[in-house]
Amino acid sequence: MLLDVRGLTTRFRTERGELTAVDDVSFSLDAGQTLAIVGESGSGKSVTALSLMRLIPDPPGRITGGQILFEGQDLVKVPDAKMRAIRGDRIAMIFQEPMSSLNPALTVGMQVAEPVNIHRRKPWAEAFQVAKGLLSRVRIPDAEHRLQTYPHQYSGGMRQRTMIAMALACQPKLIIADEPTTALDVTVQAQILDLLKELTRETGAALILITHDLGVVARYADTVAVMYGGRIVEQAPAAQLYAQPRHPYTRGLLSCIPRLDGKAGERLVPITGQPPDLAKLPPGCAFAPRCSRADTACTASRPVLRAVAPSHLSACHHDDD
Amino acid sequence: MTTDAAPKELLRVEDLRVHFPLPGAGLFGRSTAAVKAVDGVSFTLPPGRTLGLVGESGCGKSTTGLAVLRMQPVTTGRIVFEGEDITHQQARTGTFRRRMQMVYQDPYGSLNPRMKVRDIVGEPLQVHKVAASRSEYDERIAALLETVGLLPDMAERYPHEFSGGQRQRIGIARALALEPSLIICDEPVSALDVSIQAQVVNVLMELQERLKLGYLFIAHDLAVVRHLSHRVAVMYLGRIVEIAPRDELYRAPLHPYTQVLLSAVPVADPAVEAKRQRLVVQGEVPSALRPPPGCRFHTRCPHAMPRCKTDDPPLAELGGGRAVACHLHEAG
Repeated sequence: MLLDVRGLTTRFRTERGELTAVDDVSFSLDAGQTLAIVGESGSGKSVTALSLMRLIPDPPGRITGGQILFEGQDLVKVPDAKMRAIRGDRIAMIFQEPMSSLNPALTVGMQVAEPVNIHRRKPWAEAFQVAKGLLSRVRIPDAEHRLQTYPHQYSGGMRQRTMIAMALACQPKLIIADEPTTALDVTVQAQILDLLKELTRETGAALILITHDLGVVARYADTVAVMYGGRIVEQAPAAQLYAQPRHPYTRGLLSCIPRLDGKAGERLVPITGQPPDLAKLPPGCAFAPRCSRADTACTASRPVLRAVAPSHLSACHHDDD
Repeated sequence: MTTDAAPKELLRVEDLRVHFPLPGAGLFGRSTAAVKAVDGVSFTLPPGRTLGLVGESGCGKSTTGLAVLRMQPVTTGRIVFEGEDITHQQARTGTFRRRMQMVYQDPYGSLNPRMKVRDIVGEPLQVHKVAASRSEYDERIAALLETVGLLPDMAERYPHEFSGGQRQRIGIARALALEPSLIICDEPVSALDVSIQAQVVNVLMELQERLKLGYLFIAHDLAVVRHLSHRVAVMYLGRIVEIAPRDELYRAPLHPYTQVLLSAVPVADPAVEAKRQRLVVQGEVPSALRPPPGCRFHTRCPHAMPRCKTDDPPLAELGGGRAVACHLHEAG
């Protein structure tokens, strides 16, 4: 097992009191696997990604509990210097905004070569050669010339390819991609995700894909964790999650989205109400206020995430009904 | 359908062109080049129906919407709304604006944070001096809020007290205030969470049935557009490349770009995805500043032929309300 997250909890101190953005989250991932973490805004999916990278700004945020076991060591406990050595080397991250996550004042070559120079202690000339290879690998044409250019000369898709090249620079074992294609057009989205999937297949790296798009999950993920109100409410192999969703929230999500192959022109079945406010979570199940099956058990206590079928977990009091 | 006297067309757009001149390098800074954001777009929309306008960023779909609203100067072309040529009217002064309204993408930026909901929704009534008395005004605000599924007593609150989905309902209520016949919806659900999108989509569909509204529905999400639209036009670099009744377009897309676009959208079902034929297109949308000669899609088209590089295919009618701009589908 490459990554084993146990009971990860991340809290933030805010003006409105302390809130738990990630609450007792556990999952594991093998080499070569793709795990999708899906959820809406405020579900805790991005904070989970940042927690894995130990990039939670402190203050106001802090990992307050749990373990992140990666290649046998607990990332929650490793010193900052050690974490910097892991970040960009063993674990790489691709962010949503390729425009703002590249440095506009440095050439693309510098930025792609930098992790090779820092983590592999290769001289710059050698690192540039590696960078050139990486740019061709992410299908940026004319890589030699492109090393000397700046991010503003690139399109959105090219920038995201550059981010992928940087992420791959030190052959990481784990790549975390947080909404990597949300800012891109749909034809470019398909190119980028196909590329990412192909490269992880070649290198055997594991991929954590953070997204709100259930179509993207269906196309690219092996397993799926659905987050709601800071918790994982359902987790299963992708095929099973879509064929037999167990949690009412997952069911609601799958039935409220219009599908290209669905019935057009009919009313959608929306989930009523609003996503929860993390500062004012109800004491019981966070989804209870929006759930048609909610009763007193749901408002009284939090349902635990438990196995409802082989490798299928769901957190609902009414799973047996 | 019964024959009625109502006009068959709510909106007619003929050969619309919107060009943005670039601050030029020419003599005295005169402009020598222009971004042709919309470059020869034509379509019609019957009353009470929805035309979906889809395409990727820079295709000109939003500019088309703004031009129809007369919030964007038209370079050439004609816009006829309810039988009246409004091409040379302006949004601020045109009488047509009571009948044509807009719902914006951003539910946060499009509502004035310092105004109460009653004044946001009621502003069109004030501008056009529609309500005769204070009590009539209040009644209309209450009715409008109810129409979009909000409570009448929410009128006294401010926008920050509402979620994104509720704000979008407020924006819809404002658009409905003057009882328009056409609403331009520019990405009205794309800023909302997935579970909230369905609520707003349903509100829009219910209102159309009840009030016989026409929608020009501009969006990049092909599944949402399919759900709401009766006809769909696909745009690429300022042109409509294909326009067809919804089911035909999605079942059997003819233009290679439409095919690629539909293929790129993942379906939320791994079983379907595993079996799907995928078309992958190379490269990205070229700059609208220098669109490719000939067919604008030829640089990325899997079926490009030599003549596609030089001959610009016109949007040709195929019958059945379909038209496509592609040399593969020319008659003869």
